[in-house]
Amino acid sequence: MSKSVLSGKGVTKVFGLGDKKTVAVDHVNFKFSKGELVSIVGESGSGKTTLVKMILGLLSPTEGDIYFMGKKRDIRTRKQKREYWKGIQAIFQDPFSSYNIFHKIDSVLMDCINMRGGSHLPRDEKIKMITEACGFVNLKYAELTNKYPFELSGGQMQRLMIARIFLLKPQILLADEPTSMIDACSRATILDMLLQCRNEVGMTIIFVTHDIGLAYYISDSVYIMEHGKFVEHGTADQVILSPTADYTQRLINDVPKIHAPWDFAKVASTVSAQA
Amino acid sequence: MKNTLRQITQSPKFMIGFCLILVLILTTLIYPLFSPGSPLEMIGLGTFFRPGTYVSVYDSVTTDKRYTINLTDAAEKRVASKLASEDKEVMKTWLLEFGIAEEEIDLEDTEALLDLWFNTYDESIRFDNMTTAVRKHVQRTDAKLDGLLEHQDIIVADSAADGSLVEGSLIKGNEYINVAEIANVRVLPLGTDNFGRDMLKEMISALGVSLMIGLIAGAIATFIGLALGLLSGYLGGVVDDIIMFVTNLFTVIPSFVLLILISFSIGQSDRGATTVAIVIGLTSWVWTTRSVRAQVTSLRNRDHVNLSKLSGHSLIRILVTDILPYIASYVIMAFILQICSGILAEAQLSMLGLGPKTTSVPTLGLMMFWAMAYTAHLNGAWWAYFPLVILIACISFSLNLMNTGLDQVFNPQLRD
Ligand SMILES: Nc1ncnc2c1ncn2[C@@H]1O[C@H](COP(=O)(O)OP(=O)(O)O)[C@@H](O)[C@H]1O
Ligand SMILES: [Mg+2]
Repeated sequence: MSKSVLSGKGVTKVFGLGDKKTVAVDHVNFKFSKGELVSIVGESGSGKTTLVKMILGLLSPTEGDIYFMGKKRDIRTRKQKREYWKGIQAIFQDPFSSYNIFHKIDSVLMDCINMRGGSHLPRDEKIKMITEACGFVNLKYAELTNKYPFELSGGQMQRLMIARIFLLKPQILLADEPTSMIDACSRATILDMLLQCRNEVGMTIIFVTHDIGLAYYISDSVYIMEHGKFVEHGTADQVILSPTADYTQRLINDVPKIHAPWDFAKVASTVSAQA
Repeated sequence: MKNTLRQITQSPKFMIGFCLILVLILTTLIYPLFSPGSPLEMIGLGTFFRPGTYVSVYDSVTTDKRYTINLTDAAEKRVASKLASEDKEVMKTWLLEFGIAEEEIDLEDTEALLDLWFNTYDESIRFDNMTTAVRKHVQRTDAKLDGLLEHQDIIVADSAADGSLVEGSLIKGNEYINVAEIANVRVLPLGTDNFGRDMLKEMISALGVSLMIGLIAGAIATFIGLALGLLSGYLGGVVDDIIMFVTNLFTVIPSFVLLILISFSIGQSDRGATTVAIVIGLTSWVWTTRSVRAQVTSLRNRDHVNLSKLSGHSLIRILVTDILPYIASYVIMAFILQICSGILAEAQLSMLGLGPKTTSVPTLGLMMFWAMAYTAHLNGAWWAYFPLVILIACISFSLNLMNTGLDQVFNPQLRD
């Protein structure tokens, strides 16, 4: 196994105090290798987004340490944060709330170039880079320029988010359910682009999803999360073809299969066994 | 953005409110051009002169240009203006006795009454149940009326060099002068106040000062509220705790009480209009802080803010470009309401005698204060307070109307 780019030890997040205390993420350990596509699977409310935000440095862990590139992460100052975010980026779940509705979408892409130290480049050069990035996700920059986010469809917005990653070329990408708000038809296209982008840039992708079938289809290794804990992890084949945790089994049963009738009885029995 | 602006301009409520305010502002700007001079100049010796056109007696008597106009009812009008109400009562008593129906006698319409009187009165008729005293009174009244009706010319005497009086000009009853040709005429559309100042002029000037006070107070309150709310809501943690502690402290002490205490401690001589405006602004930011904070707290966890952070934007830039535009509509509305409450707070303060010092500028509140202090309402001097009340209500009405209009644009579900 190659060197780990990102790992965590005993990472914990507790929201609130006293009676209102919620342990969103509970002492999780993880280790992601370079170039890997890791899925984190769990039902909604299991703490996936909270973990993603801690990894991104948007939330500080209540407990535990995160290691980036083998070194303990230190992002206390703004400069350190900026440096960290050059290496680690994200795509969020809801494209409609990911954009500042008051800004034209050009500014989002311009920011990426500036962030990578391209602020001194002539405007033509920048436009060329943006056009290339848009072309990568099958969008025509000429049609998008001077438009506001609300003039785009959800699929287009999410593709533009991939274009942003294409421009930023981070080492690690955290994709927090990037396709869950997208209609099924655009979903495949977006996943495909994400994978292409990974090949192009050569980054590690941490793919968060509630869809275990999808995880099996795309990932190298899988972490299963239940109530803030990782209950199982391993290669995709290991975890999904021979699950050891009940929770994993349940997630697998929840996936409807097109070629076979959905066995409600089986789903119900595992659920009641859980309860 | 453009779309929102268009919606705002198409909102009838907003536009009515806006136009009203605009008219008021333009009035304060333009009126002084037509009527120069200090609005605090005491032109009248005496209190509460009625609204009307004031013509110099001296100039009207001494003017050489006179026109003879024969108006049929001139004499009767002249009499009417001099006829006391007790005289009318006496006339009515006689007329009733004579057998005229009570409905036909209208004491308000003096001309008709005089007509009736001259047509019916006969000295020789004696009513049995009328005492001699009353009969004599009626006779005296009739004689007086005849005297009034007689055309008597008036001689204006000039004083000669040796101090004796010599006959000057002769003024006949049907001689007129043209007001436009008189040197000194002053129109006082709203009369004068207790100090003898031109009410209208003072009020328009006061309107400008009061709007200014509202604007300064509103700007200060909104700015403080916005800044504290943004910091408290966005940063959270210790900063939030400290700011909310201070805010809660100010919530517990009613801001008006605080306002009174501060104004009182500043002292009358140091209280200019600006000082009062600043004090009002400094005591009324609490509400804005709370609501801005609530909005920012829910905004700061939105993904577009997270994305902005990931793009390496600074705190200030995130606050200004990713948070502020989302609450801008709300802040504008809060600002408009703060202007309104600033104007009302000044009025309240001044009515308690804690407003700006009187000698420098007029404000709507101060004018109300003096009208009350000189019991204008008991003297029947409605012009000294009623226009002020209407004006304050008008400002409040139009600002609130603007706000309702904005609210309907920004929160479409409120539209009816
Ligand atoms: N800012 C927050 N304050 C308090 N509780 C939170 C906050 N964010 C998330 N939680 C709680 O943490 C738990 C995990 O949430 P989340 O990480 O969003 O789950 P997921 O992304 O897997 O759906 C939930 O129970 C949620 O209510
Ligand atoms: Mg989530």
